[in-house]
Amino acid sequence: MVEIDAKGAYYRDLNKKVREAVEKGEKEIVLKNVNGQYYIGDGLRGKSTIVVEGVPGNDLAAFMDGPTIRIKANAQDNIGNTMNSGKVIVEGNAGDVLGYGMRGGKLHIRGSVGYRVGIHMKGNKKQAPTIVVGGTAGDFFGEYMAGGVLVLLGLSNDGEPLVGDYLGTGMHGGTIYIRGEVEKKNCGAEVGVLELDDEDKKVLKEVLTDYCSDLGLKLEDIMSKGFKKLVPVSARPYGNLYAY
Amino acid sequence: MFKSLAPPEYLATIDRVKCIRCKRCIQNCGWGVYSWGGDKVLIDTFKCVKCLRCYHYCPEEAIEIKDNPTKFKENAYWNFHTIRNIKKQAETGGIPLTGMGSDKPYTILFDNLLIDACQVTNPSIDPLREPMELRTYLGKKPSSVKVEKTKDGKLKLAEPLPPQIKLDVPIIFSPMSFGSISLNAQKVLAMAAKACGIVMNTGEGGLHEDLMPYKDNVIVQVASGRFGVTPEYLNAGVAVEIKIGQGAKPGIGGHLPGEKIPLEVARTRMIPVGTDALSPAPQHDIYSIEDLRQLIYAIKEATNYKPVSVKIAAVHNVAAIASGIVRAGADIVYLDGFRGGTGAAPSIIRDHLGIPIEHAIAAVDDRLRQEGIRNEASIIAAGGIRSSADAAKAIALGADAVGIATAALITMGCTTCGKCYTGNCSWGITTQRPELTARLDPEVYAERLTNLIHAWTHELKEILGALGINSIESMRGNRERLRGIGLDSAMLDILGVKPAGR
Repeated sequence: MVEIDAKGAYYRDLNKKVREAVEKGEKEIVLKNVNGQYYIGDGLRGKSTIVVEGVPGNDLAAFMDGPTIRIKANAQDNIGNTMNSGKVIVEGNAGDVLGYGMRGGKLHIRGSVGYRVGIHMKGNKKQAPTIVVGGTAGDFFGEYMAGGVLVLLGLSNDGEPLVGDYLGTGMHGGTIYIRGEVEKKNCGAEVGVLELDDEDKKVLKEVLTDYCSDLGLKLEDIMSKGFKKLVPVSARPYGNLYAY
Repeated sequence: MFKSLAPPEYLATIDRVKCIRCKRCIQNCGWGVYSWGGDKVLIDTFKCVKCLRCYHYCPEEAIEIKDNPTKFKENAYWNFHTIRNIKKQAETGGIPLTGMGSDKPYTILFDNLLIDACQVTNPSIDPLREPMELRTYLGKKPSSVKVEKTKDGKLKLAEPLPPQIKLDVPIIFSPMSFGSISLNAQKVLAMAAKACGIVMNTGEGGLHEDLMPYKDNVIVQVASGRFGVTPEYLNAGVAVEIKIGQGAKPGIGGHLPGEKIPLEVARTRMIPVGTDALSPAPQHDIYSIEDLRQLIYAIKEATNYKPVSVKIAAVHNVAAIASGIVRAGADIVYLDGFRGGTGAAPSIIRDHLGIPIEHAIAAVDDRLRQEGIRNEASIIAAGGIRSSADAAKAIALGADAVGIATAALITMGCTTCGKCYTGNCSWGITTQRPELTARLDPEVYAERLTNLIHAWTHELKEILGALGINSIESMRGNRERLRGIGLDSAMLDILGVKPAGR
């Protein structure tokens, strides 16, 4: 294990130190006194674990490919931007546009998230991304979604609605699971709301077992309430928009 | 089903006396115009787009494609395409799509600019016998350099230069993605770029493994759909481009129709086969110049500080936007004029939004000079560069290099029929149908494209020679060597050129 003190550090210097530690083969890197530094873990490869103490800045784990980052506080916007593989665990809340264009790996958020989370996530048979949000989510959750799995749990909602409007707008692939009821008026026109089948239950159990073990939660507590599944109603939602 | 009241644009005709019933037209047409009727070739002329593949491959020259003479009553205001679009929209309720750049008769400023030449008082240069420098470096230039002496007395730079892209000619191939064009068409661009010492741009569709041998001649693109963007991808090329907008469709996103998403394209884009590939209109992590700066530096952090280009469509306020882009840390500003091509855009957007590239170059170059930041970024100008003369004029107006795409496709057989969005291109360019893409032999057409770039290189050298200068650097932003004809004083003022005769 290696400790890096981020107090007053410019992001470029901090990230250089992190990169060098990863290249040296450090298994665990602890960043102390992080206070808003951008781009932690940006484009980083390998299998290291990075523990962030303090609140990191935007674009954490952008383009990341492999490492695990655990944030022991709240986090800001754009986490996991176009991330390819690896995992980010946030023990608090996180901001807007998480997992934009994400291609693989996992985001496990204990608390709530802002707007446009999980938009344009992708996936194929080889790899697919997963985002699990413990609290609530803002508008445009899963917009343009093309693949992967988005899970919203609503474990602690502080009086906020479970999810905002335009849920899954433009969705043309992937699956969204929502714990609780979903009103059709909150959903995009491209989304159908269904009950879970056996395959869904298997996927959810697998995803949530990992989430619970990361964040010290009990699977039974989460599974005690029913889920709804959201899928695209058409593979080509805009197929009839054009005259040829 | 009722017969469409939108009449066919073209009449495909076969001279039945000349026709030897070899059926080559049936094989060659990607649109299904021709079929075999037992004893003769049948024609469904509604499907014809006048791409002329059948004409070129008919061994007997029996085929003729005519503009449909049975048009609506002639009307200077309600022209054929206006009426036809209304009828099509009435029948479908859809937005008419189109491909290529706008074909509408707006003023073409390049055709209203003339280049100077030397006579008597200053000597011209013969480029065939004297050296002529076209080499161009794209990237941030320092405002001053410090030089120090090494121990052995040699001079060297005290600080390293920011990273530069080296071009042997100030031309690049503009972004066209795998998906919008075929892999073979991308191979043509990559092979020709390597042969000419220039670069091609992947567009937003990932970098296929077959193009990896050409990675030193590739700029990779990151756009709002983030298709194919991996850490390897970002680090593969010589630079990364963030695409904000495209000249043919400013302010709207990309929409690759499901017809062009077979398995291979779906795999690189990581989306389901046969769905429409949607690139959102904005990048949802960029709502401001500050956000753009954030993505530029996210990419720089991920690539150990490779040059980053930002591509925007030329719009009314382009100068201020370009200034913001430079201040956000971009190394290259890529301006795409409204004549720029597209694989698919609503024709209403293509033909009515944006501004021509000529205005944009002049406005951006002026603004960056006024603000003292012209050295901070290079300008690539694209969107309707048809010839080396257009390129020379764009460079004299202030561009560092020009981007060409339509001209490159024309070397592959394209006739600008404008039906790229259907995925039926008979020339194997803007299609993913394997029987069509197999026609485009990368080696054969890379040689043709290389020929074009070599020809333009010679022409640029001839122009420089006539101007009495021996380096493209001396022509860059040199508007004193341009004159306008038939332009009003406001236009001359914007372009920063004098009227011819003065």
